[in-house]
Amino acid sequence: MASIRDQFEIPGKMKTWSLALIGIGGAALLYGMFTKGFSADEHEQTHFWGTLMYNTIFWTLICNASMFFICVTTLAMGGWQQSFKRIPEAISTMVPIFGAITFAVLMYVVLGHKHHIYHWLDSEAVAKDPILKGKVGFLNPTFFIIWTTLAIGLWSVLGWRMRQISREADESSFDNESGARYILRGTIRAALFTVWFALTVGSTVPWLWMMSIDAHWYSTMYSWYTFASSFVSGMSLVALWVIYLKNKGYLELTTQEHLHDIGKFMFAFSVFWTYLWFSQYMLIWYANIPEETVYFKHRVQGPYKGIFFLNLIINFICPLLILMKRSAKRNYTLVTFMAVLIIFGHWIDFYQMIMGSLSKEHVTLGWLDFGILVFFVGCMIFFVSRSLASKPLVSKYHPFLKESIIHQV
Amino acid sequence: MAKKKFVVGCFDEEAVLFPAVKKVRTAGYKIHDVYTPFAVHGLDHALGLRETSLHTAGFIYGITGTSTALGSISWILVKDWPLNFGGKPNFSLPAWIPITFELTVLFAAVGMVLTFCYLCQLAPFVKKHHFHPRATDDLFVMVIECTEKTNVDDLQAFLSAAGAIETDVQIAEEGWWLGTYDKDETTFENSNPVVA
Repeated sequence: MASIRDQFEIPGKMKTWSLALIGIGGAALLYGMFTKGFSADEHEQTHFWGTLMYNTIFWTLICNASMFFICVTTLAMGGWQQSFKRIPEAISTMVPIFGAITFAVLMYVVLGHKHHIYHWLDSEAVAKDPILKGKVGFLNPTFFIIWTTLAIGLWSVLGWRMRQISREADESSFDNESGARYILRGTIRAALFTVWFALTVGSTVPWLWMMSIDAHWYSTMYSWYTFASSFVSGMSLVALWVIYLKNKGYLELTTQEHLHDIGKFMFAFSVFWTYLWFSQYMLIWYANIPEETVYFKHRVQGPYKGIFFLNLIINFICPLLILMKRSAKRNYTLVTFMAVLIIFGHWIDFYQMIMGSLSKEHVTLGWLDFGILVFFVGCMIFFVSRSLASKPLVSKYHPFLKESIIHQV
Repeated sequence: MAKKKFVVGCFDEEAVLFPAVKKVRTAGYKIHDVYTPFAVHGLDHALGLRETSLHTAGFIYGITGTSTALGSISWILVKDWPLNFGGKPNFSLPAWIPITFELTVLFAAVGMVLTFCYLCQLAPFVKKHHFHPRATDDLFVMVIECTEKTNVDDLQAFLSAAGAIETDVQIAEEGWWLGTYDKDETTFENSNPVVA
């Protein structure tokens, strides 16, 4: 054990680059905020806040997916993830940070009464609208604020507790009894997070944050769809960090076998995402009821046509055909390529989910989107690398670590 | 297929089996197969087996299923017998996806099962020779094929030295069940090949 490089040192180049990305992205963000976000024109406002919203929600959810990954593997008594578990843990430290940005943006939208984004904020319109009146118990500012606070707060707290318990395995070894107790405590904490995750990401939060933009429209698939989207990009993010650290000579205990399993998650959840995408689409297409097709009309036949099908090609056809082979999932270059492609693809997916509803007439994808994306990527690299460097890369006394070392697919 | 002579070595531990496999292969003996009570990770690699192409076959079956489904539905519903279902276009791809998916899975699943049986020479009424009944219970059974140059006694001693708890010599018919079975009961080493 002694020979293992388990202390990550942030390379100077990485720090420079991440700060440069934050600088460029931050400049674009601020410029957009002052020229568009605070402009008198409501379209410009909607453009800016909508763009910021989908980016921050996307990054919060994919970082949160890391913690979900840790919790479900813990619940399943999984051992294989131990050798690289510090990476999803480090990524999940982004939840409070990106969560705070999300919270600020959503509060600005709700308290600032931006009813061009959330139509249900317009109480006069709601009073005249029987459909929105029926939803008023769910779609109202009070519930929105309380639930958003609880969601982000509990993700952060329960995630932090999971990371705390993981740190305990760094310091002292366990005997049979204390090891069993340790595993049980981890299981309980993971279960708490998973239940809260199901109540938020698995159901209510995507409805509140994203689906309520089309306040009249609803789809019960929507949350699962969002979850699948964020989980597959979250796994891709983990894969990218694992490969990066492997290339830098860290994570000696993590091998192609582990990468293979991460690749399987990327492959399987791409297919799962498509399953939900199709289930949502086909039922609405088949029933052909105007109040339901309103969501797809401008996406399939309007200006978003290109993005709509690009989404399907990047997120389904490419992973299906490229990641299907065993050798592809064990190939660092291919997995890196696919991870970047999948993250980009689901970012585009989030783009069309939110901006497709806010700007129905024309596609707004441009410098602002990529500027804000760069800002979030920079933040992610900067903070995740700091978090990785702050603790050992392997929790060396974890009872299941050996299972991970001998892991073989 | 002619009957062949095999030397069988039984091991009771995985940790002994792996070095033994390595030794036997280095010594140049031809391992026919290793029968284990459960799937042993890494054994295929140690034996130097090539990766199975069953999944490639599965992919081809799947593609066949996809094209069968899409081809037949589109021919039926667009060309041969167009019907109006709730004002939908005749060529309505989304509605066909579930059936296409099902046929893809069906073709891939059935095709792969049959291919697997073919590759493993499994079929109803085909009798397979068992080298050791305890291979399904607690023993790792290594079977080495003898050629005309193999010294059986040496090989048995070699296996015992490598950690086999039990060795014996068996004559068994091993081969392709879809071929013609050789009526000749003599083993290869005793046969008199007619050299033209």
